[in-house]
Amino acid sequence: MKQKTGVIGTESVVLNSSVVDDSITIEVLDEEVLRKKERKKIAFGQVSFGALFIILWEVLTRIGILDSYYWSSPTTILQTGWVALTQGTLLIDLGYTSVATIIGFILGTFIGAGLGLSFWWSPFYSKIMEPYLVAFNSVPKLALAPVLVILLGIGFTSKVTLAFLMVVIVTALAAYSGVKAIDPDMEKLLYSLGAKKRQVFVKVVIPSSMPWIISSLKINIALALAGAIVGEFIASKYGVGRMILYAGQIMDTNLVWVGVVALSLLSIVMYLVTIYVEKFLSKGMNVNR
Amino acid sequence: MEGRYKLEILNNTKIFKKNGQEFIALENTSLQIPEGRFVSIIGPSGCGKSTLFNIIAGLIKPTKGQVLLDGKNIIGENGHVGYMLQKDLLLPWRTILENVVLGLEVKGGKKEENIAKALPLIHKYGLKGFENHFPNELSGGMRQRAALLRTVLYDAEIILLDEPFGALDAQTRLMMQNWLLNIWTDLKKTILFVTHDIDEAIYLSDDIYVLSPRPGRLKTKITVDLPRPRNEGTMLSREYIELKQKLLDLLKDENDQDHAI
Ligand SMILES: Nc1ncnc2c1ncn2[C@@H]1O[C@H](COP(=O)(O)OP(=O)(O)OP(=O)(O)O)[C@@H](O)[C@H]1O
Ligand SMILES: [Mg+2]
Repeated sequence: MKQKTGVIGTESVVLNSSVVDDSITIEVLDEEVLRKKERKKIAFGQVSFGALFIILWEVLTRIGILDSYYWSSPTTILQTGWVALTQGTLLIDLGYTSVATIIGFILGTFIGAGLGLSFWWSPFYSKIMEPYLVAFNSVPKLALAPVLVILLGIGFTSKVTLAFLMVVIVTALAAYSGVKAIDPDMEKLLYSLGAKKRQVFVKVVIPSSMPWIISSLKINIALALAGAIVGEFIASKYGVGRMILYAGQIMDTNLVWVGVVALSLLSIVMYLVTIYVEKFLSKGMNVNR
Repeated sequence: MEGRYKLEILNNTKIFKKNGQEFIALENTSLQIPEGRFVSIIGPSGCGKSTLFNIIAGLIKPTKGQVLLDGKNIIGENGHVGYMLQKDLLLPWRTILENVVLGLEVKGGKKEENIAKALPLIHKYGLKGFENHFPNELSGGMRQRAALLRTVLYDAEIILLDEPFGALDAQTRLMMQNWLLNIWTDLKKTILFVTHDIDEAIYLSDDIYVLSPRPGRLKTKITVDLPRPRNEGTMLSREYIELKQKLLDLLKDENDQDHAI
């Protein structure tokens, strides 16, 4: 403890025992190093929690607290999965579902962003369209799946279309929010420099709305996946969704679980890729302004 | 000056109309500005200074009046003058260099040529080493410099500056004022400068136009005959103090008339 002497304004005089100099040096810690340490700890925690969960699942089904007919078990899922992968069609199904998801996601993102950004060109047109966009956004598009399958057939197109529909409006609304948030003075600046409307669009509207579009990507990839799977549920020859449906019909719960786990892994991978893309784009756009 | 002006603003009136109510932002204002002058426009908030600049820059059209650049009417035409708006408006997704060349880019110059023109200015006027930084990494003064360089580099003969130093602290402000005077001397532009600050107006200008509030209209023009180059000592001279007193009186009159401020 530091003790004050009678002199106001001096703090470094200590009457304590033999210590004369009480100035302490605090080691300056590198923030980046600290953050890395923290991140390592978090990653370790995340992995341990997952491992614990899987072990618990295995143990509970082994000792019969959970009925392994319904809940399967990690090892059985792994075995069944391996068989489905090497002898069955799991690989093709996974490919089918992911390609449908990705195409729907990319089309939906680009067309949706284009639609939202196009609203900048004419406030009149955008005011007319906005309520319809909002209304269409609240339509449960998955409920349209049977119609789409009848319309487009049980092939690939109907899956892509569903994935696309899930994404396109959300992205359009996100991009439109971006458009509405543009600083009008930035447009003014460009016009004062003699810019044409097209130049303002390219140099201000698109980059300024980018953060909004980017932030919708993460949700969109999950939505696209849901769209593709529901499409496969309705009627399909391939896909993880179809595999799950088929396994359910023949009461093969293990195979159902394989499908569920495969989908989870797929969505995790896609999510991670999206985060990476997001980071890459955000850096390029200097988004954390 | 044989009656030829670089920029003539003749009897400009701007009326905004909202809910059937007319609001006169600028009334019958005329300014005649010879080439190469440093002209300040001073007046209370809301008296139509930015409106006047928007008209000169061609962003809005006056309800009545003419704007002549070298005797040619430029009403409603963009791109004739360099305009720095009240905010620095650096595009946050562009680096300083990319921001500074924006005007040239809009004009359609080649990228390498634009950069070749911008770099010497950036180096000479105190932003060396920050070319590839983003605006959010710069101090207020530096951002202001970048925005000014963007305006200067646009290479218009006339530059409009709307309170460029309003947000800066006194010390940075003085530094920036000297910096601006340097640029003005080097590049021989005609500058129109809006400010609230009487000292700033006197220190920088050849002419000061005083606007009155509501409706904004030209009140007086004062010519500043202080010798150049000017420095901190200028502010202590007798002429300077007399001018300041005169301006203070003028603006005080206005405040007496207008209690809204
Ligand atoms: N687009 C507009 N519609 C309606 N009124 C406007 C518009 N633009 C400006 N005004 C009004 O015109 C008046 C003058 O505005 P202006 O921005 O020119 O003032 P200023 O002198 O630049 O003020 P400040 O010093 O605060 O920047 C203000 O009362 C403002 O409310
Ligand atoms: Mg203003």
